[in-house]
Amino acid sequence: MSVIPATQELTGGRRLRDWLGDRIMFGLTLLAALATVAIMVAIACKVVRGAELSYRAFGLSFVTGSVWDVNKAVFGAAPFLFGTAVTSLMALLIAAPLGIAIALFLSELAPRGVRVIIGALVELLAAIPSVVLGLWGILVLGPFAADHIEPPLQRAFGFLPIFSGKPGSSGIFIAGLVLAIMVVPIVASICRELFLSVPSELEEGALALGATRWEMVRGVVLSSSRPGIAAAIILGLGRAIGEAIAVTQVIGAGNSGIHASLFATGDTLASRIAGEFIGASSKLQIASLFYLAGILLVIGLLTNLLAQVIVRRFESQRVGAG
Amino acid sequence: MPPMRPVDVAERREASPETREPVFQIQGLTGRYGTNVAIKDVNLEISRNLITAVIGPSGCGKSTFIRCLNRMNDEIPSFDHDGQILYHGIDLYGDGVDPVEVRRRIGMVFQKPNPFPKTIYDNVAWAPRVLGLKQGLDERVEQALRGAALWDEVKDRLKKSALSLSGGQQQRLCIARAIAIEPEVLLLDEPASALDPIATASIEELMHSLKEDYTLVIVTHNMQQAARVADRTAFFSLDVDESGARAGVLVEYDETTKIFTAPSDKRTEDYVTGRFG
Amino acid sequence: MAAVEPALTLRGDARVRRRRIVNRVAESAATIAALAALAVLGIVIFSVAKRGGGELSWGFLTKDLPTFGQTGGGIAPLIVGSAILVGIATAIALPLGVLTALFLSEFAPRRLSAAIQLTIDLMNGLPSVIIGIFVFGLLVYGHTQSGYAGGFALSIVMLPLIARSTQEVLRLVPSSQREAALALGVSRWRIVVGIVLPSALGGILTGTVLAIARAAGETAPLLFTTSIFVNQITSDVRHAMPNIPVQIFIWSESADPEDHKRAWASAFVLIMFVLVTSLLARLALARTRRKLSR
Repeated sequence: MSVIPATQELTGGRRLRDWLGDRIMFGLTLLAALATVAIMVAIACKVVRGAELSYRAFGLSFVTGSVWDVNKAVFGAAPFLFGTAVTSLMALLIAAPLGIAIALFLSELAPRGVRVIIGALVELLAAIPSVVLGLWGILVLGPFAADHIEPPLQRAFGFLPIFSGKPGSSGIFIAGLVLAIMVVPIVASICRELFLSVPSELEEGALALGATRWEMVRGVVLSSSRPGIAAAIILGLGRAIGEAIAVTQVIGAGNSGIHASLFATGDTLASRIAGEFIGASSKLQIASLFYLAGILLVIGLLTNLLAQVIVRRFESQRVGAG
Repeated sequence: MPPMRPVDVAERREASPETREPVFQIQGLTGRYGTNVAIKDVNLEISRNLITAVIGPSGCGKSTFIRCLNRMNDEIPSFDHDGQILYHGIDLYGDGVDPVEVRRRIGMVFQKPNPFPKTIYDNVAWAPRVLGLKQGLDERVEQALRGAALWDEVKDRLKKSALSLSGGQQQRLCIARAIAIEPEVLLLDEPASALDPIATASIEELMHSLKEDYTLVIVTHNMQQAARVADRTAFFSLDVDESGARAGVLVEYDETTKIFTAPSDKRTEDYVTGRFG
Repeated sequence: MAAVEPALTLRGDARVRRRRIVNRVAESAATIAALAALAVLGIVIFSVAKRGGGELSWGFLTKDLPTFGQTGGGIAPLIVGSAILVGIATAIALPLGVLTALFLSEFAPRRLSAAIQLTIDLMNGLPSVIIGIFVFGLLVYGHTQSGYAGGFALSIVMLPLIARSTQEVLRLVPSSQREAALALGVSRWRIVVGIVLPSALGGILTGTVLAIARAAGETAPLLFTTSIFVNQITSDVRHAMPNIPVQIFIWSESADPEDHKRAWASAFVLIMFVLVTSLLARLALARTRRKLSR
């Protein structure tokens, strides 16, 4: 190899293979990335296109329509929006405090070895397939709740409309419980990462002032993590909204409309799509199911985006302050 | 032990400007990151088979300068430059010049040793193999490791992971890796600042032998190191203009002995006598 | 006369005692919450094991599905079918996911990279029922259900998971390595192949295994694409493939207690596969993280 380069050597004597390889790799990776985006766009397009027939028939009043009758060819989304809202809300009310408490346990309380084991087990809870959880919900949780959870609730709080009605082994209440089980690990693992990232100097500073552990957690950990906790809950909400299979299994035959009682059967957006699609007969019915899917998609994307925005704002806040 | 003075250091090669052929001719080099000017209007010549040190207070653009010499600044999207760098008369940033080819001839060793997570042998052999220099790979690796004064220490464990070496050994491995592809120039960006004094001394000793075959440019924040090691020294400093903008400028460039004993510029004198910086 | 100073005891007063009680209550609440989560996990697994374990036998795993009304039979077609479906899904999602992550990590200009990152994050949170309905509209409507459709639907579930976990490992490869290779005059693609990918390979593998564990349990994408299938082992992907999750779903909705027993047993097989692979993959991932960040 010469020490003093000839002019050609410095200007493009590089082997063709290197240049070609760079181009090919760039091209392949670009294609893959574009394909990913294309799939996402195609999903949105397909759902919109599939719903067209129903949109033309009902327009936006579909969203508020409270009748879903296959025979009369009248379709409306309101009962399922209601079902989605109620089950998700119930799931969050249970799962959010539980998840945060578990995250605090894992990040502040547990000794190192226990932390790892229990952390792994909580993640395993998230790995249980929803159809298995739904099976357990139908055959184990449902009957148990109908005998041992719902009657006491009705005895104690029956004056509230949500606890009126006949306790059953399927229904919105069971669905809410099952969804809560699914959401807890999501909230717990995100919050755990959050709490672990609070600088230990801040924690030690509070303890050095004579605060108890709980006071330190309230004052330092929780208060500085609020946006992140919100994002975690919203992501959990997204999971609850989108779950179709387990909900279908436990929410019962839902041709009921909008009821006040949690013990009634019903349907969510996702469960109605999953439950009715296979047997759907008329084109209008299928299109209406696509319409439901479109509403679900919009809600799902919005919650996801909301969580992202909160996280990004939070990150910049944290980084800026630190 | 009496304080080290440049004239006490072991004999240096004859380093008068006229007898040395220029490798780099830097003319009017200004480097910017976006709107921040890092170095302004730098003019100097770097000569063959000498060690040229670049010293100055932190933030005066020393690293920016040296990274222009092998076009590593190309990797930073906001970087832009004016002026010219001629390498043996060829414009380094000219049309058709491939930065990859540039870097084969102008190698770089970084501040923090960064060996690949491969065996010691593979660390040195990977680039030659990938660049097509597959013949005589074993000899090439041995020669490179000898050139980096590392052969005796690793010759029995070439198949061990490079990460099992000490900091000083890792840095010498990085030097071996760089010289394995037979560059002409070696740029060293604070090569010993992450090392302990003993490892630092071994690197400095190595540089004396390396300059027989290579042209070395070393950035260092350690004045005494420059005094010990370099034939020529370039002193950079921060210049604040009327609008308050700070930019690095080349204050003085001369033989090391002159810089440290009889600098021409007051700023240089202030720096080397420790009055500031 | 000087007052007598009370002796220094460092004991708290009533206020401090109250705060200590509050603290104790809070700590107990957190511990109970964690135990409750563990309890639920334990109960679910216990239920599945108790009710499904009895039905489990070598015959169960190897026989064909029972025809209507029959007792006995097995779930061999389901196991084979699920394996094929997940195999197709992996064959699609693995290259797509890794290449997309490589693009984001090594090649992408900033504006494009934000859009693609957003897409991956949105796809990650997409309800799988919508994926099912999408693939139905794309590949099933007007044709028949098929293993291709089911595999493709599962690949959409796996794609963002693989892309994200690959991104994470690529980020762990220190940029100083890439810099060192660049300074040696090596071209970009050789740096990716020779330096970046070898370091990231372990993480990519475990990320893929986690995605497989997830896809194996997904029902909704298959419900619309491959839910009406035959009772025997088949590898004909042009028609609907039998698979475990959809069959569990169908059996769970039936009134026949025999079907329930089969559902429990299949659930046991599925849950064992998912839990064991998830656990192993997470252990391996933790090790990879520790290795790369040293």
